[in-house]
Parts: sequence; structure tokens; C-alpha cells
Amino acid sequence: MARRAGAPEVSAGSMADIAFLLLIFFLVTTTIETDAGLDRMLPPMEPPTEEPPIIKQKNIFTVNINRNGQLLVEDEILSIDKLREKAKAFLDNGGAPQGSPDYCSYCKGQRNAESSDNPSKAIISLKNDRETKYSTYITVQNELVGAYNELRNREAKRLFGKNYVDMEAEYLNPETEDSVKEELKEKVTRIQGLFPQKLSEAETSTE
Amino acid sequence: MSKFAKKKDGEVPAVSTASLPDIVFMLLFFFMTVTVMKDSSLKVENVLPNASEVKKLEKKDRVIYIYVGKPTREYEKTFGTEPKIQLNDKFASPSEVGDYILMERAKKPQELQNVLTTALKVDKNANMGLISDIKQELRKVNALKVNYTTYEGDAFNNLQ
Repeated sequence: MARRAGAPEVSAGSMADIAFLLLIFFLVTTTIETDAGLDRMLPPMEPPTEEPPIIKQKNIFTVNINRNGQLLVEDEILSIDKLREKAKAFLDNGGAPQGSPDYCSYCKGQRNAESSDNPSKAIISLKNDRETKYSTYITVQNELVGAYNELRNREAKRLFGKNYVDMEAEYLNPETEDSVKEELKEKVTRIQGLFPQKLSEAETSTE
Repeated sequence: MSKFAKKKDGEVPAVSTASLPDIVFMLLFFFMTVTVMKDSSLKVENVLPNASEVKKLEKKDRVIYIYVGKPTREYEKTFGTEPKIQLNDKFASPSEVGDYILMERAKKPQELQNVLTTALKVDKNANMGLISDIKQELRKVNALKVNYTTYEGDAFNNLQ
């Protein structure tokens, strides 16, 4: 008779293999992704009784996209790759004369009296057709946001020696400490005040 | 003397692998906890456009997703080839977007209800008409913060 000393021990040698198998399964299925995109604010529904404010024509920069993806900017046909420069020139124009309340001390533009008075007055109006392709629309949005970002970067570099985009990303990052955030918030809002993003999206034309 | 002569020359003692399962289990639990299973399967084609001026969409609990695109192959027969809106697991018409947003908003905790973002995941071949309808609906329910979700890349790649 063979000697039996209790139950035989279960071999744990394959435990590692099983665990590895599971590990590899979860490794493969895990997606640690964060989405990214263009942040926009939609205009609130206006109360029907309210009169729309009167805006001087020279403070509006109109961008029209037709169904074929062509651009009409300030009543002229423009290719998309020139849009950013044109938008920057408009926003940075600072056409109000020195001494007037709208005078823009930090603008480096042409100071053309026919274009926008002050970045805080300048409005970009974007209009598109129902048949416009979404990808074209995103490209145009991207260029307009890019124009704002470039100008904001310039001012942030001048005032704080840092890029606006980096500052904002740090401010929005949930891992940033609160004390740093407070400080950044002040700077970010100041830059946003210099070049406020006034991008009006008109309702689409149907024809 | 013989007591000390047993050691043979050049033999390295084997590394103990007894703690290997523990290490692997630790890793396993880590990945098990961070894994998020996809909650809705895509029924529409969803190739996002590229953009370079993107901002990251932090805090996923504050985001409501809306998908737009052409129905995929298997749904083409029933739903056609025109771009459609997908909310959760269903196809929907633009007029249902408002209700969906209100419903999703009600599900979120009270303190987050005012800071929600609507992420529009739109296929790059969709038309703006549908997007404008969605935007109108979003304005009606006062969900004004939107994020056009894109891939990071050169925006001019979209035009080809």
C-alpha cells in the first residue's frame, strides 16, 4: 500500500499562465483614450421680442461656405489656406483712432479705418449651406480658431512669456494643482479679454 | 572538510518564480479596473475629420455623445445611405435630439448638470444641414457647450 499523507497538493505552477492569459486579454481590450476636438459655444436662443444690437458693418467679417466648399470672405472668393491670415489681419486691425474709447493699444495690424475698430468689437460671422461638407466646415472652424489662438499666443508671450495654448491646456488639466490653477485662471481670462472669441454661426441658408 | 565541499563550481542558483503569479495578478487587477467596456456599438460610419487647434475633452462623466454618419453596411438596407444620427444604440431623427439631451442630463448628478458638454462625433462626409438641425435642437434645450470631436492632424487633409 502506498503511503497517503492527506490530500495531494494542487500544482500552482500553471497559475501564472492563467493570470498571464487574463492579463493579456485586458491589456488588449483596454483603451485609455481621451477625445479631443474643437470646443464651441452655441448662441443662446434669443427672445423673439428683443431687438438685435446694431453692429457696424466694418466690424463684421463674413465667411460664407457654399456647397462645393468654396469660400466667400468679405464678398471675395478666397482659398481656405489664406483664411487664417485674413482673419488675423481683421481681428488685429485696431482701426479706431488714437484717443477714441475703442483705441486698441496692443494691436499690431494695419489700423485701417475701413476694417474692425477693436478686437473686442470684431465679430466673425460664419455662414454655410445645408449641402456643405462637414469636413470643410471643420477646416474653416479650425482656421478661425487658429487665428484667434495665434493672436492670443502673441499677447501671452508678450505679457507672461508663455504660450496661451499651453497655459489654457494646463489650466484645463484636472491634474494641475489648485494654487497654480488660480494663477493661471487670471492670466487666461486676461488674454481672452484682449481677444474675445466672437464667432457667430448664423443659421444655414436653405437654397 | 567534506561538509563544505558540496558546493559545485559555476552553478548559479535558480531565480525563484514563486512571486510571479502575485505580480501578474497585480497587473491583471490594474487593467481590470481601468478597462472601460464600450457602452454603445457604432451603427454609423464614423471617420472624424482632422483639426490642429484641438482641446482635450477631460472628464468623461460630463460628456454626452451624439454620433452622425452614414449607416454601416448591415444597416444600409433598412436605413438607406443618407447620414443619420445615432443616439445611444438607436437611429434617431433630429427632433429627438432635444429629448435625448434632457434625458441624459437628468441621469447625471445635480452638480454636473450645468457643466455638460455635448460631443458631436460626426463623419467627415456628413452634410452641414443635419448638423445645423442638431445645433438648433441643442440650442432649444440650452445645451450650448459643444465639442466637435476630431482627430489631431492637419486640417487641410480634410479637403482632399
